[in-house]
Amino acid sequence: MTPRSSRTTNDSSTLFDLDAPRITSLIDEVGETFPGASPRSALAVSTLTQTAKDIVEGAFVPLWVRGEISDFKSHRNGHWYFCLRDRAAQMRCVVWSRDQGALPAAPDDGMQVAAFGQLGVYAARGEMRFTVTRMEADGDGLRQKALEATRKRLAADGLLDAARKREIPRHPRRIAFVTSSSGAALHDVVAVLRRRAPAVELIVVHAAVQGDTAPRELCAALARVARWGGAELVIIGRGGGSREDLWAFNDERVARALAACPVPTISAVGHEIDMSLCDLVADLRAPTPSAAAEAAVMSRAETALEFAGLGRRMTDAVKTRLRDARSRVLQDSRRMSAAVQVRVVQNRHRMSAAAGRLNALSPLAILQRGYGVARDAEGHTLASASDFTPNEAFVLQLRDGAVDAVSRAVRLREAASQ
Amino acid sequence: MTLEQRLLRLEAIVAELEGQHLDLETALARFEEGVACLREAAVALAAAELHVTKLSEAADGTFVLEDFDADDA
Repeated sequence: MTPRSSRTTNDSSTLFDLDAPRITSLIDEVGETFPGASPRSALAVSTLTQTAKDIVEGAFVPLWVRGEISDFKSHRNGHWYFCLRDRAAQMRCVVWSRDQGALPAAPDDGMQVAAFGQLGVYAARGEMRFTVTRMEADGDGLRQKALEATRKRLAADGLLDAARKREIPRHPRRIAFVTSSSGAALHDVVAVLRRRAPAVELIVVHAAVQGDTAPRELCAALARVARWGGAELVIIGRGGGSREDLWAFNDERVARALAACPVPTISAVGHEIDMSLCDLVADLRAPTPSAAAEAAVMSRAETALEFAGLGRRMTDAVKTRLRDARSRVLQDSRRMSAAVQVRVVQNRHRMSAAAGRLNALSPLAILQRGYGVARDAEGHTLASASDFTPNEAFVLQLRDGAVDAVSRAVRLREAASQ
Repeated sequence: MTLEQRLLRLEAIVAELEGQHLDLETALARFEEGVACLREAAVALAAAELHVTKLSEAADGTFVLEDFDADDA
């Protein structure tokens, strides 16, 4: 008999004065009846672990646990396994593949996280196990990681290229605004547009801008705008909020839907410092919804100035044209009369030159200079000595009359020299 | 014509006039058109007022623009 049972027996006997052997036999009976109380009633391992599981899961409601991630493993079966530890202890954890969508990204070893889940027992290993369904990393590490991964995918598809950015139309007539129809952003945008009072129609395309359904609703709204086809510009956005509130605008599906928008887009998510993937994908990023409205339309005064400027240029151009035409007519007439004058002078010169030449060639002019012309009886010019025969009558024409003459002898120069 | 279309037309006219390629008669005709364009734009600008509607899509895929009271937003 052990000291403990003997003491019990003693205590009992002092209190109730019971028969010790009878108690012992009762204890034996309990041992036979209740599982695990004796070798003969020993429990099966699975029975014990199942019992432990029931007790642990009953004792702990789902709760948040803080620790550091280690030994993270994404298993072939699709589930994630890791340890959550601090200096003194560690606990095995699992995220079932069906629950992974609720986590922004898979955690990395070394990350400090808060994990939400249910403590239980994994019977096959006889281990305590924490089944995680939500997780947040310090410094928003998981979201940052997810954001960066998505950004890389968008960049790889060229959706962030500067060359993709389209010009924002200067005077869009119909602007679609994808936002919550009850949000502050809509109120701000309407106020700005009304103040600037352009000839604009604002078409509100409602979508939830935060919460689980926001990404899906934003995508649906963008798709609706595209199908409708009536907008010349799309603004997408919401007012400021927590990072969590703005998270839908970092959703890859939303960013891709925005990139696929058939008309130019302006993104206006939250406050100035908040930068979302939608901001990166949109053709223009406005720091706030009000700024988006300012960027989307020109004020009435600006537009009037633009028209006035064009009017002035048009008038100037026409004036120049008229002045040019007038001066060209003037110039033409001046050039014409100058040309006529030149022709007259030229003709006069040509005529006097011709007259001079005519005069020089005239036989009379030669006679004037003291030469004579011999002609035979028929009037043929006798220009050469060989034209003469001795004793031939001829006429010698001189400047003031003629002489009837007869040749005596003919002396050719060659004959004379021989 | 929308304001944007008017602006585009005016810009085209100015470019043509400044380009000096038009004969004078055509240039003057363009100028007259430009002036009419300016006049219409001025009227449109003076009358401009923000119009807010809400886009909804019926089950048959047709779209409806209903007036939306933005002041409730």
